[in-house]
Amino acid sequence: MEIKKTSLNKLHQDSQAKFVEFAGYEMPIQYSKGVIEEHKFTRSHAGIFDVSHMGQLFIYGNENLTSDLEKIFPLDLKNLQQNCSKYSFLMNEEAGIYDDLIITKLEDGYLIILNAACKEKDFEILSDILSKKYKMELSNDRALVAIQGPKAVEILNETINGVQNLTFMTGDWFDYNGQKLFVTRSGYTGEDGFEVSILNDLAEEFTKSLIKKGAELIGLGARDTLRLEAGLCLYGHELDLNKTPVEANLKWAISKERLSNGGFVGSDKIINQIKEGAKKIRVGIKPEGRLIAREKTKIFNETELPIGEITSGTFGPSINGPIAMGYVDKEFSKIDTKILLEVRGKKYPANICKLPFYKKSYVKGVN
Amino acid sequence: MSEVKFSKEHEWIILEGDVATIGITQHATEMLGDIVFAELPEKGSSVEKDGTAGVVESTKAASDVYTPVSGEVVDINQAIVDDPAKINEDPEGTAWFFKLKMKDISELDSLMNKEEYDKFAKESSS
Repeated sequence: MEIKKTSLNKLHQDSQAKFVEFAGYEMPIQYSKGVIEEHKFTRSHAGIFDVSHMGQLFIYGNENLTSDLEKIFPLDLKNLQQNCSKYSFLMNEEAGIYDDLIITKLEDGYLIILNAACKEKDFEILSDILSKKYKMELSNDRALVAIQGPKAVEILNETINGVQNLTFMTGDWFDYNGQKLFVTRSGYTGEDGFEVSILNDLAEEFTKSLIKKGAELIGLGARDTLRLEAGLCLYGHELDLNKTPVEANLKWAISKERLSNGGFVGSDKIINQIKEGAKKIRVGIKPEGRLIAREKTKIFNETELPIGEITSGTFGPSINGPIAMGYVDKEFSKIDTKILLEVRGKKYPANICKLPFYKKSYVKGVN
Repeated sequence: MSEVKFSKEHEWIILEGDVATIGITQHATEMLGDIVFAELPEKGSSVEKDGTAGVVESTKAASDVYTPVSGEVVDINQAIVDDPAKINEDPEGTAWFFKLKMKDISELDSLMNKEEYDKFAKESSS
């Protein structure tokens, strides 16, 4: 299959990007500055991320659609205000996760942002459950550009006046050169920031205007170190069909209103796991010293019995040390529990630690 | 001091007497990206030509470091273990990896000179 390119591909090339294939797309892993500088620039100024490979699914409908989506997502969508967003999951009956997503209520339906590698399958699953009752569009004509970091609000507001009034996890339509953009205040870095859904034809010019104001392009390499420092899950690593939201320690994303009555896909399992407790759970892990424990590293307790596995591990540039997330048996999940990580045949000490590694600075509203 | 030689695994080596200093090339660091972890062989251990003699990790992945010649490890550069970023800063100078007392100086003969290596590196990255 031919590799797909986003509408910013030429800009990446012109910016000396190193490319990798990701979910069938040619995406920038880093630019000439490198992962660490790009990471730090995002934390201190503002980074621009091309996330156009992600799915932008529009589903159009009214109250009936809201009721039907409540049969799928563990959210209180009836009481969700227009233009407000929620983090959620598409699950199977066993509460295994097909995808994690952000859903936003629009005037005439919903916008769901899906992972690139999952979006086609998600579309099929959702079409099946919704029995094709509603108009669904997995957009091909829109790019998605994120701007993240302490200077993001100032820079983006100069280009799109009014975005400064959005609060965390809300969005709205804005005018830009006679076209409509949908902007949400959200992101994947642990910083304040925005994601801008924009027509492909306008994306390059729009991104260049942000660069002119001092923001810089950031690759997928730094996107990964940023999200890991922020303790955020990556689908295919922390989340997959063999893990549930309860095990992933994402109970907070399940509406309390929905737990009493269930009625969504996977609700029996979720309600049961919350009552009984999950056997394994996602935790933060800090190796001692400088050792990096990558995905699939085996985790042992102090008496060298296997208790789990790392799902993501890297060097955290803002922490200036190695960080990881993984799953361990519940009894070993307490903060400061001493564990061992097997790397290249040797066992090294590490500790269970609190997430996030890096403290967030979101601009919260009253939402 | 001998001329600097290079291996296909992107190590450089220079001989003084019978002690060889070994590190990774500028080209290798450019391919790896930011290096955040380095593991070196133990002082006093013996390493075999083309065997692994350490590990470097970038933000993205781990890579083995090979030794282009055999010998006994007589010194290691602790400074790069303590601050791996030094490897990106000066890979072919102060950020050497380890020193070997060579067993067989003729092992150097099969390695590339600077001109050959530059050509090899250019071809292998394109």
